[in-house]
Amino acid sequence: MPDAQLNVFRGLPGEKSRFEAFEVPVEEGMVVLDALHWIQGHAAPDLAVRWNCKAAKCGSCGAEVNGRPSLTCKTRLTDYDLDEPITVEPMRAFPLIKDLVTDVSWNYAVNKTIEPFSPPADVPQADWRWQQRDVERVQEFRKCIECFLCQDVCHVLRNHETDSAFMGPRFLVRAAGLEMHPMDQGNRREYLKDSGGIGYCNITKCCTEVCPEHIKITDNAIIPLKERVADAYYDPLQWAWRKLRGNEGTGARVELPVLRGPRAAAGDPAPSDPAPAAAEGPVARADGPAVCARRPRRSRTSEPKPSPPAVGGEAARPPRRRRDRGTS
Amino acid sequence: MTAIPTPIKPAGTAPQGMGATTRREAWWREPLVIAVGFGAFIVYSLFSALVWGPVFGAPYEASGYLSPFFSPLIRPDWLPSWFSPAILILWIPLGFRATCYYYRKAYYRAYFADPPGCAVGEPTIHRRYALEAAFPFILQNVHRYFLYLAFIPLLFLWQDAFLALRQGESWRIGLIGVVMVVNVTLLTGYSLSCHSLRHLVGGKIDCFSCSRGALLRYAMWQRATWLNIHHMRWAWASLISVAVTDLLIRLLAIGAIADPALRF
Repeated sequence: MPDAQLNVFRGLPGEKSRFEAFEVPVEEGMVVLDALHWIQGHAAPDLAVRWNCKAAKCGSCGAEVNGRPSLTCKTRLTDYDLDEPITVEPMRAFPLIKDLVTDVSWNYAVNKTIEPFSPPADVPQADWRWQQRDVERVQEFRKCIECFLCQDVCHVLRNHETDSAFMGPRFLVRAAGLEMHPMDQGNRREYLKDSGGIGYCNITKCCTEVCPEHIKITDNAIIPLKERVADAYYDPLQWAWRKLRGNEGTGARVELPVLRGPRAAAGDPAPSDPAPAAAEGPVARADGPAVCARRPRRSRTSEPKPSPPAVGGEAARPPRRRRDRGTS
Repeated sequence: MTAIPTPIKPAGTAPQGMGATTRREAWWREPLVIAVGFGAFIVYSLFSALVWGPVFGAPYEASGYLSPFFSPLIRPDWLPSWFSPAILILWIPLGFRATCYYYRKAYYRAYFADPPGCAVGEPTIHRRYALEAAFPFILQNVHRYFLYLAFIPLLFLWQDAFLALRQGESWRIGLIGVVMVVNVTLLTGYSLSCHSLRHLVGGKIDCFSCSRGALLRYAMWQRATWLNIHHMRWAWASLISVAVTDLLIRLLAIGAIADPALRF
C-alpha cells in the first residue's frame, strides 16, 4: 500500500498558520486519526490533536479532512486517492487553540440557555408511562454525540456575522428532543424564535450531510421546530383557533402519558421520584391502569398556569392494550 | 424559566469569500445542475404560459386535453385576449414550490450561493444577511397556506386526467391521457410529502398514544413521513412531468405529434 501524504494545519492564535506535509505509511484499516498519531509519534510530537474514544462515540476528534467536516477516527485513509495529498484542518467555525484543536466552549454556553427538561412537578416519575411510538423521534435526537461537526459546517455560524445569536443545528436538535418529549411541559418557541434565532437557518441541510450519527437534523428536528414556531407566531388561522378555544398561549395541548392507579392516588411516590405526588392532581385516580391525562401547555410567557382538574371522560375510558416495547 | 440570551459565537478561522474551500471534489456540480434544471423549467413555463399561445398561436388545449399550466381554466368574457389565463392559476403552484423546504435548500444554494456548497465560502455581501429571520424571507413561513391552496388546482387536475380518459360514453386510453394521470399522481405525491403537511397531520403533537385521535394522527404522520423521505424526488419528478405534459399537449395542438390511443 502506498504511503499517504498528509498536509496538516499547524498554527497558534495570532500567528501565521501553515500546512506541514508528512509522509505516513498506510496499513489496512487505517483512519486519519491513526495517521495523526503516527505523525505525533514519529515526526511532530508537538502536534495538537484532540481525541478520546477512537470509536466515533465521544465526538472529540472532529476536523476537516479535505475540506469536509469529519470525525478523524471514522475516516479511512483508503477512502481517498492516496496519490493526492490529504488535507487535515481544524474545525474552522471555532476559534483556534493550537493546530487541530479548537475552542468549542461557546457550544456549552449555548446549551445552558435552553430550558431544560420540564416534567410536571405533580406527577411522580414512577407513574410516567409511554409507548415506543411516543419517544421514537426523541430517541433519534439522543444519538447526538456532540461532535459539533454540524455546528462547524453550518454556514450561518461559519460565514455570517449576524447581529443576534444563532444557536446552531446541534442545539436545535436538543431543543427538538425536549419539545417533542411526551412528558415535557416546557415551551421553547419564543426562545427558538428570538434568542435561538431559528429564522437564521435556511435549511441547506449541510448539518444533515456531515452528521456521523446520521441524524436527519433538518427534516426531523429543524423543520418541525420551524413549523411549531410558525404555529405560534406566523399562522393567523391557528391564532384565531386559539382565541376561539380561549387558550392564549401557543395553543398546543399536551396529553401526558402517565399512570393512573391506586398507588398514584394514594400519593405514594417511588423512592426515585423527583417531586412529591399531588394528593389531588390531574392524573390521580383511584382505579384504572395506565391512561393519559390532559393538561394545558404553559403559555408563551413561560409562567406556569394552574392545572385544571382531570377530565372525567378520560378516566372512564377503557384501557388500551399495552403493546409498548418498553418504557424508559 | 427566565430567558438567558444566547451568546454570539466568537469568530473562527474559516476562509471567507465566494468558493473559498479546501474541498477537492466537484462540489459545484450539484448546484450547477439544479440551477440549470430550475432555469430551464422557469423559462419553459413562462414561455408556455405567456408567449406560446398569444404570440405563436399554439392552443393550450387539444383533443380534450388541457395543459396543467391552465387548469382550472378561468376564462371570463371580459378577459382581454392577450391575457393568459395561466396567470390566474400559476401563482399557486409557484408560491407552493417557492416556499417549499426542498426548493428553498436548492435555490439558496444554486442561485443565492448561501452557501454554494457545504463548507464552501460564500459572497462576503452575505455576512450580515438575516436569512429567514427578516423580510422578505420570513415570508417563507406562509408555506402551509400555499399547501392548502395547492390542493385546489390538484383536484381539477385529477378531474382533467379523468376527463382525458373518458370521452362521452367510451374510454380513450391515449398516450397523453396516461401522461396526465402520471403527472397528477406525481403532483399528488409531491403535495402529500410536504413537510408542513407532515407537521399539521401529526408532527405537532407530542404524545401519540394519549388519545384515539392522536393515534389516528400518528398513523397519518407515519404515512406522511414515508412520503416525505423522498420529497426531493417527488419535487423533481412532478416538476418535469408538468413540463412534459404541457409540451405534449402543445405539440398535439399544432399537429407535430399524434396521440395513439386505445378506445373501448
